[in-house]
Amino acid sequence: MAPAATILASEEDGATVYRAEGEWLVVTAAQLDRRLRDLDMPQDRQVTVDLSGVDRLDSTGAWLLLRTEHELAARGNQVALANLQARFAPLLEQVRSRGVTEPVPHPVPPHHTFIGFLARVGMVTMLLANRVYHILGFTGLVTVTFLRLLRQPRRLRLVATLVQMEVVGLDAMPIVGLLSFLIGVVMAYQGADQLRRFGAEIYTVNLLGISILRELGVLLSAIIIAGRSGSAFTAQIGTMQVNEEIDALRTLGLDPVEVLVLPRLIGLGLTLPLLVFYADFMGILGGALMSWLVLDINIPNFLTQLQTAVTTTTLWVGVVKAPFFASIIALVGCFEGLNVTRSAESVGRLTTQSVVESIFFVIVTDAAFSIVFSMLKV
Amino acid sequence: MAEGQGDFVIRVRNLVNAFGSQVIHDGVDLDVRRGEVIGVVGGSGTGKSVMLRTVVGLNRPVSGSIEVLGRDVLHLNDDERHELETQWGVLFQDGALFSSLTVAQNIEVPLKEDLKLSERLMAEISACKIGMVGLPPEAADKFPSQLSGGMRKRAGLARALALDPQILFLDEPTAGLDPIAAAAFDQLIKDLQSSLGLTVFIVTHDLDSLFAICDRVAVLVDKKMKVGTLEEHLKDNHPWIHSYFHGPRGRAAQPAEMH
Repeated sequence: MAPAATILASEEDGATVYRAEGEWLVVTAAQLDRRLRDLDMPQDRQVTVDLSGVDRLDSTGAWLLLRTEHELAARGNQVALANLQARFAPLLEQVRSRGVTEPVPHPVPPHHTFIGFLARVGMVTMLLANRVYHILGFTGLVTVTFLRLLRQPRRLRLVATLVQMEVVGLDAMPIVGLLSFLIGVVMAYQGADQLRRFGAEIYTVNLLGISILRELGVLLSAIIIAGRSGSAFTAQIGTMQVNEEIDALRTLGLDPVEVLVLPRLIGLGLTLPLLVFYADFMGILGGALMSWLVLDINIPNFLTQLQTAVTTTTLWVGVVKAPFFASIIALVGCFEGLNVTRSAESVGRLTTQSVVESIFFVIVTDAAFSIVFSMLKV
Repeated sequence: MAEGQGDFVIRVRNLVNAFGSQVIHDGVDLDVRRGEVIGVVGGSGTGKSVMLRTVVGLNRPVSGSIEVLGRDVLHLNDDERHELETQWGVLFQDGALFSSLTVAQNIEVPLKEDLKLSERLMAEISACKIGMVGLPPEAADKFPSQLSGGMRKRAGLARALALDPQILFLDEPTAGLDPIAAAAFDQLIKDLQSSLGLTVFIVTHDLDSLFAICDRVAVLVDKKMKVGTLEEHLKDNHPWIHSYFHGPRGRAAQPAEMH
């Protein structure tokens, strides 16, 4: 049977008597609360709360009793709690001495007003500007460390760098290859569908060659690597930050930038161009297979047409961007990792932020490259 | 529900815990009486926390039986399990507060689950619990990351007490607190225990806590458990127990009349 509790009001000898009955527990609190709110409380009277019918009491029940007493007293009544079973007395006292506080009203979030909205916009703008400033500062720090490394090449952590090359480069080959292949397939299919209307199916090869080599191969690889390795950089360095490992490095006289950032930066900088070349190859392969199936352009014909469409410059225009994108991903990933405070929660937040920021900067840089290349007429 | 003194709220029989080939507990028996404070001690790696986690069902033992409030913890359906879980509160080592919620919202989590309380009543109950564990009222709207370690533990205790459980499990409640805060926390647990009539299962390293609040102590040695009052343990000749209670720290923590 579910526990039940109630409070009954009556008049006796010119005084109001409330009889509390049943089990005053947290499970009955909802029904008790409704009942108590419905009570028509008197004013300036003698009120006795008879507790003899209370069979069970927990701290929530005790609090409800004390709240009732408090509300009655606030209306000018003389309140007496009577006949409480002795075993509940310590609990009531405990709650009375420590627990009777009105809940603090929750502050209204200030951004719900217009001024609050403006303040928020301003704050976010300042935060963004501040962030860019700090990323630039970090880039400077890494550059200085890198130049020092060039003067003293023996300081390079060779094993760590090779491990990073394996993890960010070699291990990413299946996913980068598969996605590039599929993008090639989709491009060929969609391109063929449109160009067929003009009888220009053969130009599908040009479309494929130029778009994959110049843009898609490098962008796709950079975005996959930002999601796969940029986030891993932030999470790894961030976890080290939470564990105070970064502080431990510093106290041991080791420079975290040299030990943690440079191997990642160099490893990614060397492998991303190779990955881009591989992605270009797989994309073209996917396109070639699709052209063969859908357009009956066999592989030799495809290659002949490809040679007229693209030159080595087209390939280089794509691949040359890779080291820049790699630097962005590694710098943002490591920067956000080092930004982690000592709470585990900030690792998650900054990892998300690192991926969003690095993809954003990659695409902005890609746009900048397009402008530069069009001015250079390549 | 059985009430009265002397009945057992936790009965563990012949419990065996192992991780891979490493046996942690080999035939542990433990009875916890209603309304007592039992301290579980043992060297590092003897599986004190594992014991607690096994009793509350977070860790599945290899064999043995565990009864809590007369119900077999290892063979419960989901409804029975949920019902039982509202009867106990667990305080994890660092409070284990949900980091994305404020203190008040943390305390409201168990209340929201199936009680259908009004928003206002929930705010009132959480404010009451915050007061009971000795936190200032302003703590209600703070996030766990804005609190000190001691305050986080108090907030975790408030959440564990939200449903007024019968049994309170505490995992190293005073670890990482300064001696003054630790003593205050001990006193708080003692006060709450006596006024709420709680049964307290406390895993600790802290000798001061043991002497201050525990009625009986269970010592994990040689993969088994030796349960007794402090006086009994003080007379025990087992080398680990002897050096635990009679080492420099153990001696310092004993109240004067036990010397």
